[in-house]
Amino acid sequence: MMELKTLTKKIVTAYGPTGLETNVAHIIMDEIKPFVDSVRIDALGNVIAVKNGTGPKVMLAAHMDEIGIMVTHIDENGFLRFTNLGGLNPYVLLGTRCIFGNGTRGVYGAEKLEVGESLTLAKMYVDIGATSRAEAMEKVQIGDCAGADYECIDLGKRMVSKAMDDRIACVVLIETIKQLKNPAAECHFVFTVQEEVGLRGARTSAYAVDPDYGIAIDVTRTGDTPKGITMEVSLGKGPTVKVRDSSVLCHPAMIQYMKDVANKEGIPYQMEVLEAGGTDSGAIHLTKSGVPSGVMSIACRYIHTPSEMVDMDDVANGIKLMIALLQNTFPKV
Amino acid sequence: MLLKRITEAAGVAGDEYEVRAVIRDELAGYSLKMKTDMLGNLIVSQNEEKPGPRIMLAAHMDEIGLMIVQIDNTGLLYFKAVGGIDPRVLVAKVVRVGKKKLPGVIGAKAIHLQRPEERLVPIPLESLYIDIGAKNKEDAEKVVSIGDYAVFDTEYETFGDGFAKGKSFDDRVGCAVLAEVMKETYHAPVYGVFTVSEEIGLRGAGVAAYAIDPQVAISLEGTTAHDVTDVEDHLVSTRCGAGPSLTFMDNSVISDRKLIQLAAKTAETLGIPYQYKNTATGGNDSGKMNQTRAGVPTIEIAVPTRYCHSPISVIHLEDYNNTIQLVKALIHAIETGGFEIK
Repeated sequence: MMELKTLTKKIVTAYGPTGLETNVAHIIMDEIKPFVDSVRIDALGNVIAVKNGTGPKVMLAAHMDEIGIMVTHIDENGFLRFTNLGGLNPYVLLGTRCIFGNGTRGVYGAEKLEVGESLTLAKMYVDIGATSRAEAMEKVQIGDCAGADYECIDLGKRMVSKAMDDRIACVVLIETIKQLKNPAAECHFVFTVQEEVGLRGARTSAYAVDPDYGIAIDVTRTGDTPKGITMEVSLGKGPTVKVRDSSVLCHPAMIQYMKDVANKEGIPYQMEVLEAGGTDSGAIHLTKSGVPSGVMSIACRYIHTPSEMVDMDDVANGIKLMIALLQNTFPKV
Repeated sequence: MLLKRITEAAGVAGDEYEVRAVIRDELAGYSLKMKTDMLGNLIVSQNEEKPGPRIMLAAHMDEIGLMIVQIDNTGLLYFKAVGGIDPRVLVAKVVRVGKKKLPGVIGAKAIHLQRPEERLVPIPLESLYIDIGAKNKEDAEKVVSIGDYAVFDTEYETFGDGFAKGKSFDDRVGCAVLAEVMKETYHAPVYGVFTVSEEIGLRGAGVAAYAIDPQVAISLEGTTAHDVTDVEDHLVSTRCGAGPSLTFMDNSVISDRKLIQLAAKTAETLGIPYQYKNTATGGNDSGKMNQTRAGVPTIEIAVPTRYCHSPISVIHLEDYNNTIQLVKALIHAIETGGFEIK
């Protein structure tokens, strides 16, 4: 478990807002290179790694990008205005910190609001401690991007960090690649880009891979917090087998296959019905003439905040389930 | 004058034939291959068989406009909007209806007849109609059919300090830039695509990109400029006269960072001013080209345009000319290895 936690810290704390995933891509490639038959980066920045096998072609996808901001304007006093990369709640951002690719750090502030006025991103700015436009521009340019600047903490069974969405799934895929021996399937592991703005990397990489089956791995919401949403997913009860979200109705044969393999191997799992949000399978299953697709999720609290929480037993069991899926025989559909 | 001919042509999404004809005519004397695909995209190319990166450029021919959906007993025409139209700009505008370009006016109750509360709210689109001076339904049906399009009746004209006003600079100015850019001779395979139905979902660009299978793509636009009132600096999208605009991202796409850097460097080398669009709303043809097949790196270069999606828009002609120079130079930079093709 210590090793898994060390790898998790390394992957989730890496800098990689949507559109700027290169840094994460190289860290992942260094981890997996000795364990795959080939690996490449495509035109949009997706990492595509292949482990040869004699069976059908399976695409596994986890997205590398994290939510963040892009600088659109720098004012005369050195404050940065920004637009969002993925879904950001202004109230969650206020007072938190962000970090740019070159290590420049800043804090999110907001204009004074009138009574009853709602906070919007257009009324917010990043303060990097500069006192003029010129000073700010020594560190940050228009178009530069930042992600949350938070350390990863270990609470024992559970870990908390920014970018658990979806680096924890990258961790699951990396470990799957390292531990998987003699896969039945021809495995195409794709670490995708730009999921948070519309599943964009998954769409193009699925076209290139042209898989027989697709499985995305992502985080999902939970219903296990005080007066939280109504949802039958909890931390610590195993990886989920998704039935649906806003982007995909998982193929019944894939749902059944995932359940059957988990039952056979004695791996705990929970059924997931997500009422909002999408995953890379939303793009994969619509590729070319259609791809039967499923999703395995890791339960995660406080998604799209700088403190996303997962249970490491779920991660370990997710890895077990993923390996088992690739060593068994995918169903005829 | 290309800008005049191309902006005065009618071409609501789905009905771009007049614009296509203007472009075909403009490029007829050049050694370019031209073909129209199944959806109506006009694909102009050179060097198709030669080696080098396949470069696709896209500018959309379609404009926002109106479609007639009902003719009432008094001969008034009711319509739906095609593309994003602000209903508040429609009242009292002159339009041209159908292929015969019948004059019509968008009518509304005169202020004398309005109740005080009616004066406070904009008239919803459903209550607006086009008056073509018909006696009755029968009379109107002799010259108009359900499904006919209507466009704003706006003349192109230069004015002020280097400005031009006209209809549908979004995206006819992009089309004019692309036509001028295609007159240049390149070494690499270059495809200039005048696309259809962008305003209703980037529909033409996706299928054209699938057919061409480009390795790098550029979309040319007339993009929102909002530099005229007391808008806060960080909410001004682009500024007229400040040069071609480079878009980092909008709702449809994130531009390739290396292409942006190459475009900025190219502008600097040419001594052309340029600017970054500092809002991220809307979409453009890059959104579809970027997502085609196994993925295509893209960039959007745009001429700042005031009052987009209204009957009249305004550009600065220096931005127009600079955009033509920048795009030509950028293609030369790409074909000589300035951008790494994966």
